Amino acid sequence: MIPVDKIELKNFKLESGEELEQVTLAYETYGDLNRAKSNVVLVFHALSGDANVVEWWGNIVGSGKAFDTDKYFVLCINALGGCQGSTGPASIDPKTKTPYGLKFPQITIKDMVNAQVKVLDELKIDSVLVATGGSMGGMMSLQFAVSYPDRVRNVIPIATSARTSAQNIAFNEVGRRAIVHDPNWNKGDYYDKTPPNDGLSIARMVGHITYLSDKSMARKFGRKVREGKDFEVKFTGPQFEVESYLQYKGGRFTERFDANTYLYISKAIDLFDLSDEGNGSLAKALNKCKSRFLVIYFKSDWLFPEYQCLEIVDALKDNFKNVSYRVIESTYGHDAFLLETEGMTKAITSFLEGAK
Amino acid sequence: MGYRKVLRPDHKIIENFITEGASVLDLGCGDGNLLSSLIKDKQVKGAGVDKYSEGLNECMKKGLSVMQLDLNRGLASFQDKSFDFVVLNMTLQAMYDTLLVIKEMVRVGKKAIVGFPNFGHWKLVLSLLFKERMPKTKTLPYEWYNTPNIRLMTIKDFKILCRENNINMLEQIFLGENGRTISGRFTSWRAAEGVFLLEG
Repeated sequence: MIPVDKIELKNFKLESGEELEQVTLAYETYGDLNRAKSNVVLVFHALSGDANVVEWWGNIVGSGKAFDTDKYFVLCINALGGCQGSTGPASIDPKTKTPYGLKFPQITIKDMVNAQVKVLDELKIDSVLVATGGSMGGMMSLQFAVSYPDRVRNVIPIATSARTSAQNIAFNEVGRRAIVHDPNWNKGDYYDKTPPNDGLSIARMVGHITYLSDKSMARKFGRKVREGKDFEVKFTGPQFEVESYLQYKGGRFTERFDANTYLYISKAIDLFDLSDEGNGSLAKALNKCKSRFLVIYFKSDWLFPEYQCLEIVDALKDNFKNVSYRVIESTYGHDAFLLETEGMTKAITSFLEGAK
Repeated sequence: MGYRKVLRPDHKIIENFITEGASVLDLGCGDGNLLSSLIKDKQVKGAGVDKYSEGLNECMKKGLSVMQLDLNRGLASFQDKSFDFVVLNMTLQAMYDTLLVIKEMVRVGKKAIVGFPNFGHWKLVLSLLFKERMPKTKTLPYEWYNTPNIRLMTIKDFKILCRENNINMLEQIFLGENGRTISGRFTSWRAAEGVFLLEG
């Protein structure tokens, strides 16, 4: 679902030095902005997410939920480079009047955050009560806290990292190779033809594996075989339930996601290293922050293992910042940040109760 | 739990050890009462560590900075002498790797404060002698088979451990059963609890 609300930016400067002549940012809001504008919760979505936060995080954002929309004004903006209403590689390049494709400049997490701040400006919100997000959204929340220390009072980075690990880059690269080796990709120029759905679908399959855990897969699929598919398969279709599930998820993804966006945003994730903001020192980078922090890690999340969350916590505590760190029991793997409602809700509501 | 409303006697002793404006790491911070009063009374820069979610949620409600870590794994992510004081109150007896925890405390803290229940109290010793059952008290209320207090020690035990590991005991304060400070003779028999200021 493409959000209704949007803002337009002119000549938006990127970290690379390049400039986007025209940028649209689409966003969704939930709840009411109070008069003092002091109840803003800014949610950053993950790689494949979008602005429709109650859709993908309905157990955390909504009436009576951790981010209670009866109390808070929740804002979620489709990231720059995205394909759900905001400007990305599928958008029309004003210079050529055709889709950007690979002419779209490489964006970064910092660019995405800089763009979203323009929405805050537009809505005349000086400072948000909370900035939060899981995975890539968590990276954005950290970048936001470093780049705009006066514009956020509480930050909740969830299942995330301050710098993308080699393992994560490796998985992202497998996904990207699948896309660029799809003949339909055509060097990113496919918008009037058949898109590289096979490649994108494989990228999503790889991604999906990294979001689950051995336990959650064993529980969900085990060694279950699809009916009547014992020996006749010959690699034409799925044999095991887990194969069928991944193929289904991969296929569904192509209906709503643009392959070039996947390339650009996954690359932006790879490029993310917050210590760049502190000449290689994460502690120096995070020392610029003025907000309280709650860092959440989920047991069984092997995509963002505990040491990566602790690295954030350590850098903050070494600067005597107000940081809390919570470990939430889970067997869901990285997806836990979408699923572990109770643990997350208790931690978030307790943390917000302590917000001055 | 009315006693929690006033400052517990051991909390008061710990407060007296801590200098104004110091940085304090409270290990086993529970619901954060000690940290809160230290921040209020001594304007410390405080952080807490605990394993259990309920207490940590309470701490966060108070606005405290707390980390969910398992002390038995040490304080690897804490730098040497990064806190003025590292406090461990009524928790040491529940640690598996006691010596590691103590060594970590004097490594991370310029000074360390340890408070623990004295298993050498005369009532416990006599109770063990006459009843032949593991003693239970207000501070050690559990059965032997379900107690989280897995490393019971006497004040003398603790002193010897510190001596053997070159940990200096700067100050020691003993509390009687009623929570009052005691001194004079046979303190290690009469003390229900000991609070020690240590330096590595």
